[in-house]
Amino acid sequence: MKPTRWNPVPWLFLAPFLGIFSLFTIWPLLRSFGLALQQTYGPGTTVWVGLHNFSYLFTDPLFWTATANTARYTLGSLFVQLPLALGLALLLNRPGIRGRGFLRLTFFAPSLVGLPFVAMLFAPIFEKRTGLINATLHHLFTAWDPEFAWMQEYVMSSLILAALWMYAGFNMVYFLAALQNVSRDLLEAAEIDGAGPWQRFRHVTLPDIAPVAGFITLLSVIGSFQMFELSYILLSNSGGPENRGLTVMMYLYQSGFVTGDLGYASAIGWVLALTLMGFALFQRWLARRYEER
Amino acid sequence: MKPRHRLLVLLHVLLYGFAALTLVPFAYMLCGALKSKFDFAATVFLPAGDGWGGIGWDRLTLVNFIRLFTELGLPRALHNSLLLASVSSILTVLFCAMGGYALAKHRFRGRNIVLGVVLTALIIPGPLLLAPSFQLLHSFDLLDTYTGLLLPGLTPAFGVFLFRQSMLNSVPDELLEAARMDGAGEFRIFFELVIPIVRPMLGAFLMISFMGTWNNFIGPQIILQSPELHPLSVALNNLKGIYGTDYGVIMAGTLVSISPVMCLFLLLQKEFISGLTSGAVKG
Repeated sequence: MKPTRWNPVPWLFLAPFLGIFSLFTIWPLLRSFGLALQQTYGPGTTVWVGLHNFSYLFTDPLFWTATANTARYTLGSLFVQLPLALGLALLLNRPGIRGRGFLRLTFFAPSLVGLPFVAMLFAPIFEKRTGLINATLHHLFTAWDPEFAWMQEYVMSSLILAALWMYAGFNMVYFLAALQNVSRDLLEAAEIDGAGPWQRFRHVTLPDIAPVAGFITLLSVIGSFQMFELSYILLSNSGGPENRGLTVMMYLYQSGFVTGDLGYASAIGWVLALTLMGFALFQRWLARRYEER
Repeated sequence: MKPRHRLLVLLHVLLYGFAALTLVPFAYMLCGALKSKFDFAATVFLPAGDGWGGIGWDRLTLVNFIRLFTELGLPRALHNSLLLASVSSILTVLFCAMGGYALAKHRFRGRNIVLGVVLTALIIPGPLLLAPSFQLLHSFDLLDTYTGLLLPGLTPAFGVFLFRQSMLNSVPDELLEAARMDGAGEFRIFFELVIPIVRPMLGAFLMISFMGTWNNFIGPQIILQSPELHPLSVALNNLKGIYGTDYGVIMAGTLVSISPVMCLFLLLQKEFISGLTSGAVKG
């Protein structure tokens, strides 16, 4: 093909993408700069307020509550979910396991449910008295109070549990794929040289899966930081008692679409977006340092 | 028993134990959906009785499903979800595959700029666009319409990127040249040569897009005000608000909501898992 004469064919193939993308991604992105400097009453009426949205945001106690809750949820998800996912993948990857396909499908199935429906499924599970968890605990230990209110006392732990059920198997599939890259020869050689299971994991398996593990961690952090549906649906469209279930995304939603201040919502959006980009850059920096080592 | 053998038994106990735990919420949902309001409050799984296994099988009822499909308007929401998810996933796959093909297999002035834009857009987080998109849809008068809900999501940058990557090496340039020599039109080449080659990738991405729309909650919650337009996710949450304590209805509704995605997954299972993890392994 001669690049000198203008060829319309590639542009025809790109047209739907470029058209919709410019209008509904690039244009809103550019507008979000200005919108974050305005106060709005509904989508139509706006007042220019400059950087006031940001200066207010950093002294807004609700924003800090939401940030602390989101951080708690993210850390909980990370430190419970990912080790469990890796553990399951390691067990499932051992030779001689029967029914591997069935097990993999079973662990993976919850991630097909989708966040809003996971929230609806867990609503009765956390319920007082009749709920699965309270009824089981009361059945096992008669001293357990069946009236225990999970969605009031342990909001974030409950949400982490629901997310654990949904995502553990999903992340396991990624770890399983990564484990296929670990050199079997090296593992056998290490075993012959007398390395124990932990040493083999630490010095052979872990270095080989580290890049994928870093990537999964980043995806989990970014996903957890944007959590909305679990809180919103399980707490019946509110932040829960004393806003213990309020997340940053929920606060963005409430500010922009319940109170109607799209400007303030844009400011929250920018802070959230920069945080997420910070995580991504940090992960890339870590990965590069790891590769150079 | 040899220690190796004992270890293997222990491993199976652990794995199948976890598998059973994973299935408990599904079982709970299924049992709940088949129970009356009274039995839901009285028993955790199946109601006791004098049937087989000490279970009152005759107490199980379809009343929750009947109510959902007659008085509670579930057919409408199911229809909406099916329509939204199929239209958006097919168009998303088409537009992303077309864009990816142009970037992978055509050389033209400005290609690197477009590619740069796609790569940069990969890191734009969705929440940032929520408020300005809402304002934009308002000024186009597209709020409370399916066009407004679907249009912004039809061209995810990662879709274009994914198709470009998979077409770069899997579609041979000689094949395209030969087809052009034979006088095949560009769109015929795309649909009859390129698409069949990337079919596995296409299946996986179709599934991901379908699930994305099906499970989307915040989008329809913000953009659609009319109840008759609501998809399952929002409609069911509204039912939960009204019939909050009648969990049998909610469990039956959840069961109906997740079944289509489960079926689609079983159909596309092989392509989906390999497509899902192919990026991770190479990465």
